[in-house]
Amino acid sequence: MSVWDGLGLGFGNALTLANLGWALLGCFLGTAVGVLPGIGPALTIALLLPITFQVEATGAFILFCGIFYGAMYGGSTTSILLNTPGESGSIITALEGAKMARNGRAGPALATAAIGSFVAGTIGTLGISFLGPVVVEFALLLGPAEYFSLMVLCFVTVSAVLGGSALRGLTSLAFGLLLGLVGIDLQTGQPRMTFGIPELLDGVNVVLVAVALFAVGETLFLAWRHVEGGAKVLPVGNIMPSRADLKRSWKPWLRGSLLGFPFGVMPAGGTEMPTMLSYYAERKLVAPEHAHEFGTTGAIEGVAGPEAANNAAAAGILVPMLTLGLPTSATAAIMLSAFQSYGINPGPMLFEQQAPLVWTLIASLYVANVMLVVLNLPLVGLWARILKVPQPQLYAGILVFATIGTYGISNSVMDLVLLYSIGTVGMFMRRFDFPTAPVVIGMILGPMAEQNLRQALTISQGDWMAFLTRPGSAMLLALALVALLGPRVWALVRR
Amino acid sequence: MFRRSLLTAAAALPLLPRAALAEQRFASMTMFIPAGPGGGWDGLGRAVELVARQAGLVGSFQFENIGGAGGTVGLPRFVAQRRGRGDALMISGSIMVGAVLTNKTPVGLQNVTPLARLTDEAGVVVVPAQSPIRDLKGLLDALRANPGAVSVAGGSAGGTDHITLGLMLKALGRQAREASYVAFAGGGPAQAAILGAQVGAGISGLAEFAEQIKAGRMRALATTGATRSDPAIPTLKESGLDVVVTNWRGAFGPPGVRPDALAKLVALFTELHALPAWAELLRTREWTDAFLVGEDFAKFLDSDRAQTEAVLKDIGLA
Repeated sequence: MSVWDGLGLGFGNALTLANLGWALLGCFLGTAVGVLPGIGPALTIALLLPITFQVEATGAFILFCGIFYGAMYGGSTTSILLNTPGESGSIITALEGAKMARNGRAGPALATAAIGSFVAGTIGTLGISFLGPVVVEFALLLGPAEYFSLMVLCFVTVSAVLGGSALRGLTSLAFGLLLGLVGIDLQTGQPRMTFGIPELLDGVNVVLVAVALFAVGETLFLAWRHVEGGAKVLPVGNIMPSRADLKRSWKPWLRGSLLGFPFGVMPAGGTEMPTMLSYYAERKLVAPEHAHEFGTTGAIEGVAGPEAANNAAAAGILVPMLTLGLPTSATAAIMLSAFQSYGINPGPMLFEQQAPLVWTLIASLYVANVMLVVLNLPLVGLWARILKVPQPQLYAGILVFATIGTYGISNSVMDLVLLYSIGTVGMFMRRFDFPTAPVVIGMILGPMAEQNLRQALTISQGDWMAFLTRPGSAMLLALALVALLGPRVWALVRR
Repeated sequence: MFRRSLLTAAAALPLLPRAALAEQRFASMTMFIPAGPGGGWDGLGRAVELVARQAGLVGSFQFENIGGAGGTVGLPRFVAQRRGRGDALMISGSIMVGAVLTNKTPVGLQNVTPLARLTDEAGVVVVPAQSPIRDLKGLLDALRANPGAVSVAGGSAGGTDHITLGLMLKALGRQAREASYVAFAGGGPAQAAILGAQVGAGISGLAEFAEQIKAGRMRALATTGATRSDPAIPTLKESGLDVVVTNWRGAFGPPGVRPDALAKLVALFTELHALPAWAELLRTREWTDAFLVGEDFAKFLDSDRAQTEAVLKDIGLA
């Protein structure tokens, strides 16, 4: 079956009233769970698994995909408005997004995130339809050595968030690396720095840390300094993005999408790394007249790029699932178990054996994407109005919201203790001008880099040259070197 | 809260038309899953719910999922909160036996009451399709010559896959700690590493690799059960390697349950196992029936723990 035949068949099935209804329900549920930190699409779909006993396969998968895409949209809303990322892929969005919101540009930030998500979702879905099988074969050529080199490249992005003092920034990074070590070491099964507390065996959740540092730390800091500031209401500003905003956004959308999709397809890629790389790229590529907005008043490029990267990566994650039956994320793993409860064994033959189901699913992704942008754009004004709440009440609300969401991660009191302990650390970091973003970056990249390094070394029997003799890995390391030294050398040459 | 309402919505879904109703044994039951939703233990727990409710054995189930670290995060909570309760169940299995040992947690399966072993799944030893190794003999020769040169991908360190490799090396007269074992988080990344020939071989549950084997993208060399799970794939045992490892799953009660309440819990599983609906469910999900109750199950558990501990000590993880 050709791609066009497949899509024709798929749209024919997806555009029935019942299936549109499932898509709408999925988008709505997905947006809702994306908004709450802690409760992600994986958990939601898992809780809905019992419907597979009742609902026919097509309807159920359209619902699940709607939830998956919807969560990617919803995650950015709270990142921007409340500095409280709902998903790990939205953490980077909070860096510039929250600053824009605080400077009266919440509307444009939300709008660029929504439209960027739509653009990226569409590009990603096109990628699934036309490139899927090819990209996946290429992604399989990447082994732990290449992944480690890729993470070395990502570590360069830390330089974009270090802030004024490199020493302070690197201290934050080290704190993040330290937090990332907590838990059971995958390669040996031994617990590290868990202090006999069973809840720490599984490590510290990265969304929890982001919420603690960005939201709780900030709130505590404001409460501490409240006397000086007094109760003021944040400006809401224009709701819709101006022509200039869109002009500044479209390139980051495309760059983010093209960066995100391949990362999603990679079996060990995920949504976090491309958002970091996209943020770094936008910061370096931004027009000089807007460069000062990064890290101060919030640059729209820093929202548009990472948000697009996040959504394109999310679409990419579906590729190994549909073409090879590989569950490369928690959500994909649960969707695969849903396939199994229909007696469908997802594997390399899924596309051939279940063509109508797969194409309907892909068609419904296009539908969900349109629904989400239609659903979300008009809501931008409504969401942005949250900022009209006076600051003390707004921040109290953020605390409640962060607490509930964190408790939802695993219904554990220990998580709340961690949230407020790390939040207190965040308060002091804010007070003494330590940037908080490197903590989160270190926490995401550190453990991944460590595991891949050790996997690569086990495979090469301890030979470090493997990173240089494998062409892919050597290329990525060279790229990292260029990214690190390039700007400095360039500055020297120009002088 | 949102999550709560989702749970009730899921529970409120009308179940399939009820077949012949048996006598109700429990009005309600708490089902504790020391793993996240969607995994193997969760799947077994929900299968027990499905069959027991349809048959009318149990009125309703409340699920609690506390995942992480091979179940050792949830286990202490089950032990502390449900002690002495005659209406609480936990689903667990061989993964927890190993996890308790490697994680060195004070609370283990000796702190809960074994009720019934329900299913087990054989593992499979595979090589990438493009590997020069054609059969098990080829792999065993390579392992015997230099175990370090054959990298083997599988699940977390100290888990069933790692133990299988350790036992294989021991049977070959090598040391378990010589293994070049590459642990991956979850089935997806491990499968990707094997498909891309990043590693020399791989070990996992048969169900997880079955489709890749069927499609010819992985070559199955042997399964790890006592008998053949797939007629086309020999077992390790028939190839002259005395290694049998399965990933079993079963049900446990809390500690300190009174003898009469305990008997009632065990009876529930005996009755469940006798239902045609249970046999049908095992068949459709391709699960192997490994039913074992009471004393026999307790004895099996002891020997499983001893074997696991010996291998883990050998590898240097326990």
